[in-house]
Amino acid sequence: MGATLIEKLIRHRTGNESAKAGDIVTVRADRVMVHDIFIPFVKDKFEEMGFQKIWDPEKMVLIYDHLVPASQVDDTRHFRIGDEFAERYGLTHVHRSDGVCHQLMTEKGYVKPGDIVFGTDSHTTTYGCVGAFSTGIGYTEMASVLGTGKLWLRVPETIRVNINGTLPKNVQSKDVILRILGDLKSDGATYKSLEFAGDTVERMSVASRMTMSNMAVECGAKCGLFAPDEKTAAYCGITLDDFQQSLYGDDDAVYEKVLDYRAEDFVPVMACPSQVDKIRPISDLVGTKIDQVFIGSCTNGRLEDLAAAASVLKGQKVAPFVKLIVTPASKQIYQDAMKAGYVETLMEAGAMITHPGCGLCCGRAGGILTDDEVVVATNNRNFLGRMGTSKVQIYLASPLAAASCAVAGEIVEPC
Amino acid sequence: MGRVFRFDQDVDTDQIIASQYLLYPTIDEMKVHTFESLNGDFAKEVRPGDFVVASDNFGCGSSREQAASVLKALGVKAVFARSFARIFYRNAINIGLPAIVCRDLYDHVREGDQISFDLEGGKVFANGQEYACTALPVHLQKILNQGGLIASLDKEDA
Repeated sequence: MGATLIEKLIRHRTGNESAKAGDIVTVRADRVMVHDIFIPFVKDKFEEMGFQKIWDPEKMVLIYDHLVPASQVDDTRHFRIGDEFAERYGLTHVHRSDGVCHQLMTEKGYVKPGDIVFGTDSHTTTYGCVGAFSTGIGYTEMASVLGTGKLWLRVPETIRVNINGTLPKNVQSKDVILRILGDLKSDGATYKSLEFAGDTVERMSVASRMTMSNMAVECGAKCGLFAPDEKTAAYCGITLDDFQQSLYGDDDAVYEKVLDYRAEDFVPVMACPSQVDKIRPISDLVGTKIDQVFIGSCTNGRLEDLAAAASVLKGQKVAPFVKLIVTPASKQIYQDAMKAGYVETLMEAGAMITHPGCGLCCGRAGGILTDDEVVVATNNRNFLGRMGTSKVQIYLASPLAAASCAVAGEIVEPC
Repeated sequence: MGRVFRFDQDVDTDQIIASQYLLYPTIDEMKVHTFESLNGDFAKEVRPGDFVVASDNFGCGSSREQAASVLKALGVKAVFARSFARIFYRNAINIGLPAIVCRDLYDHVREGDQISFDLEGGKVFANGQEYACTALPVHLQKILNQGGLIASLDKEDA
């Protein structure tokens, strides 16, 4: 009997060769991530639990992203508490303005295939893109991990998603994951592992895979995994060892469900207000007037996303009265996009480029909207009130689609 | 006995406590904004011992533990749902707020109904009927019985 990717990972890491879906195991963390918005709460709980030191300060990464740059005077309290915590407990990995946490965790090499990672943000599922088991936890649980290095978890059942064939030119991995979310629904994978396979995902860049792992949590999944391959190794700057090479789901493993997709069947889609699983083909939405477009976030703020946007906006202008806000996911991406000329192209088209961070996606700063305004955005959530008031209409889309809408001033299909 | 506050499916953590309130220094300052976008009077009307009853996928979305903490701080005795999102579920148990899967309750109670709950027996009593709840996994039951994760860690040390 074969094993799923997550079963193989947990067996190797716990030494329990018979661990299977449904078992409760205790695992050791290879890395943990805490971000600015919850650090004061983590600190309080950590001290309330009576811990004197972090089990391994080298394994903790503290990232300021939700509040960078500060938009309210109270935000700075989080930086002060974070800085004090970092100094008192000897943290060496602190990023104060380098970008969105999930981008930095992979980009800076904190996460490797086969690792077990916990973060205080629900989109911690992102690192499944390199074959790591990573998931979000609350601040009380994080405080406990910081003290002990350990966490219990239930080995999840797996839903395998096979995608084979060639995607249409105007379809990106964002359209793929949105379609899957629409099919599974927002609780369709609760407590489960999503495992993506097939020649379509094998051809995807690590950045494209990241978009899909990032959004796995939107159908409730505990993780969204890709088998590590040559591209993963190159991205992480490593050679895959035997364990890492073994991380793929066996065909004869026990899967709770298998979804098979033909890549040619995908079309550009959007998640309509205000549920992530309310998926419609863009062709049904054409003509909806828009007020703003947002291209950025840990979902779609990477170099290939900015390149896609620039390819649409080259020599074009953003429609009158439409605001285009572009937020690179990290400082590194921002710099690479400048070198590649994308920033210049986007600015000439009329885009506002903002500092890397979570601001607009989490509704705190950098372009929040008001009643009855419509925004097409490349981030991961269109919840009620997410990017301003509860009457803002948020449509989630790919960078290609978002850029096309910015030029048209209304919802259009990307070419 | 406590009153029912009833919510539909896919109640997300932004709806339980919106992002802009997460920066308030204490849970007591945050809790007055609980469920603001769904029921603006909730925080004013809820009394210690009341219950939240919801349909599927309660607490989906972000990892914010404040979503469970504000409910506990307002005195909500337990949250019953047809199903819970993963992180909310762990968070609730870890802070000692019973998050109880009860498949049938949602369809058989209305806003304001008086119900009672037997945690040990895993039963809810509403409108003359008894509804069975799904038992918590042993590990979680232990954490909840000890009053949450912090108390549970203290016991491990002892």
